[in-house]
Amino acid sequence: MFGFILRRLGLLIPTFIGVSLVAFFFIRLLPGDPVLLLAGERGISPERYAELMHRFGFDLPLWQQFITYFTDLVQGDFGTSISTKKPIFTEFFTLFPATLELSFCAVIFAVVLGVPAGVIAAVKRNSWFDHTAMATALVGYSMPIFWWALLLIIVFSGMLGWTPVSGRISLMFFFPKVTGFMLIDSLLSGKAGAFQSAVSHLILPTIVLGTIPLAVIARQTRSAMLEVLGEDYIRTAKAKGLSPFRVVAVHALRNALIPVITTIGLQIGVLMAGAILTETIFSWPGIGKWMVDSIFRRDYPAVQGGLVLIALIVMGVNLVVDMLYGLVNPKIRHQR
Amino acid sequence: MPILEISNLSVDFRTVGGQFRAVDGVSMTVEPGEIVSIVGESGSGKSVSMLALMGLLPWTATITADKMMFDGKDLLTIPARERRRIVGKDLAMIFQEPMSSLNPCYTVGWQIGEVLKVHLGLDKRARRDRTVELLELVGIPSAAERLDTYPHQMSGGMNQRVMIAMAIACNPKLLIADEPTTALDVTIQAQILDLLAKLQRETGMALVLITHDMGVVAETANRVSVQYAGQKVEEQPVSELFADPHHPYTAALLSALPERATTRRLPSIPGVVPGQYDRPSGCLFSPRCAFVTERCVEKAPVTQGQAAGYALCHYPLNQGKPVGHPGPAAILDRRLSA
Amino acid sequence: MTAVSASVRPGRLKEFWRYFSENHGAVAGLVLFAALVFVALAAPLFAPFNPDQQFRDALLVPPMTRGSEGLFLLGTDALGRDILSRLIYGARFSLFIGVVVVSVSLIGGVIIGMFAGFFRGWVDTTIMRVMDVILAFPSLLLALTLVAILGPGLTNAMIAIAIVAQPHYVRLTRAAVLSERNRDYVTAARVSGAGPLWLMFVTILPNCMAPLIVQAALSFSGAILDAAALGFLGMGAQPPTPEWGTMLAEAREFITRAWWVVTFPGLAILITVLAINLMGDGLRDALDPKLKRS
Repeated sequence: MFGFILRRLGLLIPTFIGVSLVAFFFIRLLPGDPVLLLAGERGISPERYAELMHRFGFDLPLWQQFITYFTDLVQGDFGTSISTKKPIFTEFFTLFPATLELSFCAVIFAVVLGVPAGVIAAVKRNSWFDHTAMATALVGYSMPIFWWALLLIIVFSGMLGWTPVSGRISLMFFFPKVTGFMLIDSLLSGKAGAFQSAVSHLILPTIVLGTIPLAVIARQTRSAMLEVLGEDYIRTAKAKGLSPFRVVAVHALRNALIPVITTIGLQIGVLMAGAILTETIFSWPGIGKWMVDSIFRRDYPAVQGGLVLIALIVMGVNLVVDMLYGLVNPKIRHQR
Repeated sequence: MPILEISNLSVDFRTVGGQFRAVDGVSMTVEPGEIVSIVGESGSGKSVSMLALMGLLPWTATITADKMMFDGKDLLTIPARERRRIVGKDLAMIFQEPMSSLNPCYTVGWQIGEVLKVHLGLDKRARRDRTVELLELVGIPSAAERLDTYPHQMSGGMNQRVMIAMAIACNPKLLIADEPTTALDVTIQAQILDLLAKLQRETGMALVLITHDMGVVAETANRVSVQYAGQKVEEQPVSELFADPHHPYTAALLSALPERATTRRLPSIPGVVPGQYDRPSGCLFSPRCAFVTERCVEKAPVTQGQAAGYALCHYPLNQGKPVGHPGPAAILDRRLSA
Repeated sequence: MTAVSASVRPGRLKEFWRYFSENHGAVAGLVLFAALVFVALAAPLFAPFNPDQQFRDALLVPPMTRGSEGLFLLGTDALGRDILSRLIYGARFSLFIGVVVVSVSLIGGVIIGMFAGFFRGWVDTTIMRVMDVILAFPSLLLALTLVAILGPGLTNAMIAIAIVAQPHYVRLTRAAVLSERNRDYVTAARVSGAGPLWLMFVTILPNCMAPLIVQAALSFSGAILDAAALGFLGMGAQPPTPEWGTMLAEAREFITRAWWVVTFPGLAILITVLAINLMGDGLRDALDPKLKRS
């Protein structure tokens, strides 16, 4: 197992170099001069311009710039944001908990509803539940989530007035940041109503971000379950005189979850893409919104650093999913 | 009193092309401590009747029977919950593919222990001890160390031993072995058969052995039921069957055995078991039979008496001669045209 | 989809249709999709108004309002443009985006994947590492950054989405080629003197079509969604283009006042994507031999 992880990590190195190369060249291809942009509308003297060019290293040949940038990267220095003047690494990880909290809730939402729905649909194949669930899943799978978000806002915030439209918590509440996770921090603050406020802010974004993963997981669980239910060992389990519930929950589910876990892992990329839209619509102060803002602000170092960090996270999650896969599937565990 | 009594069992499957009758009016009894073998080619419905008994058929199957009694309980009317108390405990079954019949996600020790927990309510300690005992009983070396291995880490023969251990865990009164050796190497086949016979002798359970291998039948069974295309075509004690088969199909199966071959080339039965779409009218074996006449094609035969081995045939054989047959001139030359 | 009839022999086409038509959802999707294509092609016939015509006396009127110029079936937007007409013309953009993205990424992906699978070695390694890099970024983020570099607009959005979609084709093609290249029929063709290009595209490719067709259907709907998302973020088609995502972006500020300006463009996207996905499911069931009922 340990050797397997090491080998996988080794495979990630070329990908990491590639990712940083892509991010590096992307921002050098972006239109507009970063230094002029930094100077703002007041303009800039030629001396100051040259000085700034030198300070950012833009006067060096491209390959030297890359070497410097890559060495910094490996040492954890992702550069400094032009608009906030803060280190990108710090800025990223100040915002990251918000995205993580939202994504985590969305995955939980998708798994908690999707896995049982898929299992029941498979067990009660061709029942009205199966048909309804799969039709719903197909609609969810085809959903333009930015529109879905607007619809939910119209209904739940506009018409019913149940949920707030933006942000992570009502502005009434003010407390120190401890973990960065609003659900936990609001509880720690001890302020009455803070937790409820955080939850109500989280509901709509969670549903929006979780919709596509929910649909994908439900569909995948159903088809994996159908395949497993036809296996010989399920017949053996029935021949042991086990209850239908035990056959499904103990013998079928665990085998069916093996491909489902891969699916959930693959949803992380989808989730990050979804976070960009969801966070923008709900003004959720996470990295998705930050990336979009940085792109619009032409904050090159932020875009560059953000791309690398997000790619690193996606790669890390994929690695974890692979290991999890080995954990639930004894066949793979022993192969390695 | 027989431990198992089935009469006139039929199983129909709903398929895209309409109803398909996989088992057609089969009857059989098994006495306690007896080894009965069901023989037939693939597709003859021999497994299906036993799966019906176990309640393991998919929902597309419809089961009808005059009688299906096991150990004094009517399996036709029994509620599912009651049946689950019998299945796996008093009535156990092992299957053809040992490699895929065990759950790949759990250790073999756990899978055997599960039966002990569900049916006997043994605690963890007792389960462990009994599992080791069972594994030793089925001839798995260093049993205690094998508890934590997964099915894919063992050979097919070993897995089949585990399946047997699981099946006999609660001392069943009847064990159904569905082609238990077909997927195994030839050397392992004999070991598994010996093991089954030994366990049957030691525990006194009844054994139904489903196979397509007449050699296996000769070595182990007391009584043989021959099935063809979902019908029982003959039933006799094993020695009588080998000495004097009454159905042409049985006779053809026996003459295909290498030990019994009289010619340099091994005889074979032309054609295959009819499927859903090529079911003949009249006798189902008529397209492949060496004695087929006009009557065989037109009219379905009735079951003969005990003296004729309950043969389902118009002209049951007696010492190789078809009784009441109009003579070679009446034999239709269908086999060549088919 | 014309790709199907081109790649499947007549006998197989008939069998394919038998499986496909068994799936009622797939047939419904096909009918819906055909209707959409027809509406898009014949947009001037269906649209009651010019999509860019502004009716100053009918700003933000709700559906079923009769204005001085006629009936606004789905209402008008903030500039007084008829929403139904804009949606009908918008169908052209969405379907065009889908066709362009799928063709570009399919052709590019198949060629690259063929080379990777056929030549193995460093060619393969290099190509696959590059694909890994592209796949390490969330697709929409990469597309968004690409569009930021190339400049906002429909063409650049399509290029960006095609680049992002293309690694899936590369992987599929490569996997299919790896499993096919040592089959007997390939060896036979090689022995009889077929060159590598012939082997790749004439001998092997037709036998790897099934997963590619399914992926094409999937990425067709994905492209429409991504393009709409880019439009929504202001990086896709630019106003006043009646592209559905762009229409949604323009409508956002009226979300509390005029539900129809927000509802209908999204519904149009949803229905189009749903029709394609229904078809895609049917295609997969009919083409995937693993799922074929015995």
